Amino acid sequence: MPDNNSRTQAPLIRFDAVQKTYDGETLVVKDLNLAIHEGEFVTLLGPSGSGKTTCLMMLAGFENPTGGDIYLGDQRLNTVPPHKRNFGMVFQNYALFPHMTVEENIRYPLRTRRLPAAEADRKVAGILDMIKLGEFAGRRPAQLSGGQQQRVALARALVFEPRLILMDEPLGALDKQLREHMQLEIKQLHEQLGLTVVFVTHDQSEALTMSDRVAVFNDGVIQQIDTPQALYEHPANTFVAQFIGENNTLPGRIESVAGEQCRVRFGDDHVTGALVGPGLASGDATQLSIRPERIKLDGASRDLANRLQARVCEFIYLGDHLRIRLALAGNDQFVARVPVAEFQSSMQAGDLVEVGWRDEDVRALDMPGPQ
Amino acid sequence: MTRSAASTPPARPAGNLRAQLRRAERMRKLRAVALVAPLALFLVIVFVVPIGSMLWRSVDNSELASVMPQTAAALQQWDGTGLPDEAAMAAFAAELRDSRRGGGLGRIGRRLNYEDTGYRGLLMRTLRGLPAAGESIDDWTTALTEIDAAWGETATWLGIQRTAPPTTDRYMLASLDLERGADGEIQRVDAGDRLYQAVFQRTMVIAGGVTLICLALGFPLAYLLATLPAKTSNLLMILVLLPFWTSLLVRTAAWIILLQSNGLANQSLMALGLIESPLQLVFNRIGVFFAMVHILLPFMVLPLYSVMKGISPSYQRAAVSLGAHPFAAFWQVYVPQTVSGVAAGTILVFIMALGYYITPALVGGPADQMVSYYVAYYTNTTNNWGMAAALGSILLVVTLLLYLVYHRLVNRRQLIRR
Repeated sequence: MPDNNSRTQAPLIRFDAVQKTYDGETLVVKDLNLAIHEGEFVTLLGPSGSGKTTCLMMLAGFENPTGGDIYLGDQRLNTVPPHKRNFGMVFQNYALFPHMTVEENIRYPLRTRRLPAAEADRKVAGILDMIKLGEFAGRRPAQLSGGQQQRVALARALVFEPRLILMDEPLGALDKQLREHMQLEIKQLHEQLGLTVVFVTHDQSEALTMSDRVAVFNDGVIQQIDTPQALYEHPANTFVAQFIGENNTLPGRIESVAGEQCRVRFGDDHVTGALVGPGLASGDATQLSIRPERIKLDGASRDLANRLQARVCEFIYLGDHLRIRLALAGNDQFVARVPVAEFQSSMQAGDLVEVGWRDEDVRALDMPGPQ
Repeated sequence: MTRSAASTPPARPAGNLRAQLRRAERMRKLRAVALVAPLALFLVIVFVVPIGSMLWRSVDNSELASVMPQTAAALQQWDGTGLPDEAAMAAFAAELRDSRRGGGLGRIGRRLNYEDTGYRGLLMRTLRGLPAAGESIDDWTTALTEIDAAWGETATWLGIQRTAPPTTDRYMLASLDLERGADGEIQRVDAGDRLYQAVFQRTMVIAGGVTLICLALGFPLAYLLATLPAKTSNLLMILVLLPFWTSLLVRTAAWIILLQSNGLANQSLMALGLIESPLQLVFNRIGVFFAMVHILLPFMVLPLYSVMKGISPSYQRAAVSLGAHPFAAFWQVYVPQTVSGVAAGTILVFIMALGYYITPALVGGPADQMVSYYVAYYTNTTNNWGMAAALGSILLVVTLLLYLVYHRLVNRRQLIRR
């Protein structure tokens, strides 16, 4: 959970109406406003081409904004060349210098800063110890495993104690198990050292695992910036609901709005209660968003406000839970997720079942235009 | 029961497995051998055999032994003092008479003339003065001396004795401006006759100079090609390869036309008022460098380009993000990664430049001719295969040595790859 006090302080990094175009015709980043506070772990999440990497590159100084300003404290960064920004950066493929040893790689930022040899020795030894690669100091990067290379890249970006660490999909090249391990390791480093991290990824589970706040990018615009929990439970629009976690959608029309609640008519004359999304009013077309784990079947749905009949299409066994694909209200990709321990029914594909959900588990969100 | 059977597979002896592997691999190996066999045969015929025979010709001394086998054998027995014995003299006279048939006289005449230019004439005179084949001569020493007094001198016979063994080091020594003195000791030739050490030195200087100029011009070009977007770089790459579309002779001739006294280069410079009288740009070292760099530049650019193409721009970005000035990032991070390309390019250009013949012959002056010019001179003009082969062999050995040293130097800096 982010510390709410930090919001009142001046942010460390501030994007102010930043725009970027490469070809002079289309904007890759449109009117970006973002504040990053000291000690925060902020993830820029989005599909490829959404502008998240461009944002990071503008922050690092490798790309120039074509409009707007970026500030570090009250210093305008636009004109500061990248080698004077003093940000640590971890690249997608690590970019460890292949002709230098691990130790020389880590020493490089100290060399460029002309640190006295004794102090540099101490820092390099300290950080090698921290990443537990002391015995590999004399090896070349090509002689290390992917995870070890990843740690060296991290150490190289940390050793000169930068004010900000930028990470550009640093875990993309690792296998799943190692990736999850490194996620926790980076998260621990962040907490231990009080680092400020801007992390770019297209993997939503990675973003949820590691971040204090996640900025969801699409089409050059931040769709929503919030804590992982808020993103998952209160998505601001259909894109965020779809991109973060699994989601069922049902198209409908809002009949009435009362405060946070609304009534939505969908399918062949069904009506459900829902939480109304931002900017929607009575009479608007809407996309209902329901998480698979909020859907109750058969007996479990008995006391719920909204019930309707569905046909079971398919069971998928996933060890800890079952995914049950249902057809209801014209949507045959509707998925319910039931813990295996709670599922003791003799239900079979083709059966008709009762499906139910609570008003608070449904959100009426915008109807996305044709893309 | 079935489970326990599955957990303990029947143990096979290791030898059996190895035999199975060999059998499985045999077909593949045979196919591989069959695929490379034509090339291997081709290389043996056009590469190994000619080079071997060339190396052999540089020490070959078989002329006398093949035309006058008995004389050669007898002279090798001779201790080199006084005159050879009567039997040797008689054998020499008989074999000299026979040597007229089949061109043998020409061959030993040419070979003996390398020892001393008087031998061919001496042999001719002696042949004319020899008594008829049927006449029996008791004392060949006197008879030969009467035909020509030279046969009474030890030095004459010593000269022939030197051509008797099957191999000689005279071509090799001559190629290094050395010779064997009268006492058989190796010594330098007279200062006025020295030539080849300077030629070898000149060859290295020209080849080295061309290599350095190519590197200086080619490195930035290759960098540009490797960093530009593919569309532009493809167009530029065509321009780099353009010289290959024209024959080497045409390109060299074009340089003569451009660089001569009233050529385009001089006229332009004079029209601009930069010079008052034409510069001597061709038929000297400048012309050689112009033409050779022009021809060899693509051989530098291509290996550099292919190595640079594989270096991700993120390395330099990483260095810059770690606080290095862009120039420092380029020099400390980018350049060391191009070492293998620089090595390939320089060794390629240097070795090709070492063997250049036509270009220096056309656009160079007399003082710009390289070793291959003399090799061509001995093979085409004087028919002295021994000298041609010796010069070529020494060039080959020097090149191999340089290559080994270079390989060591580069390898030490090479990246360690798994």
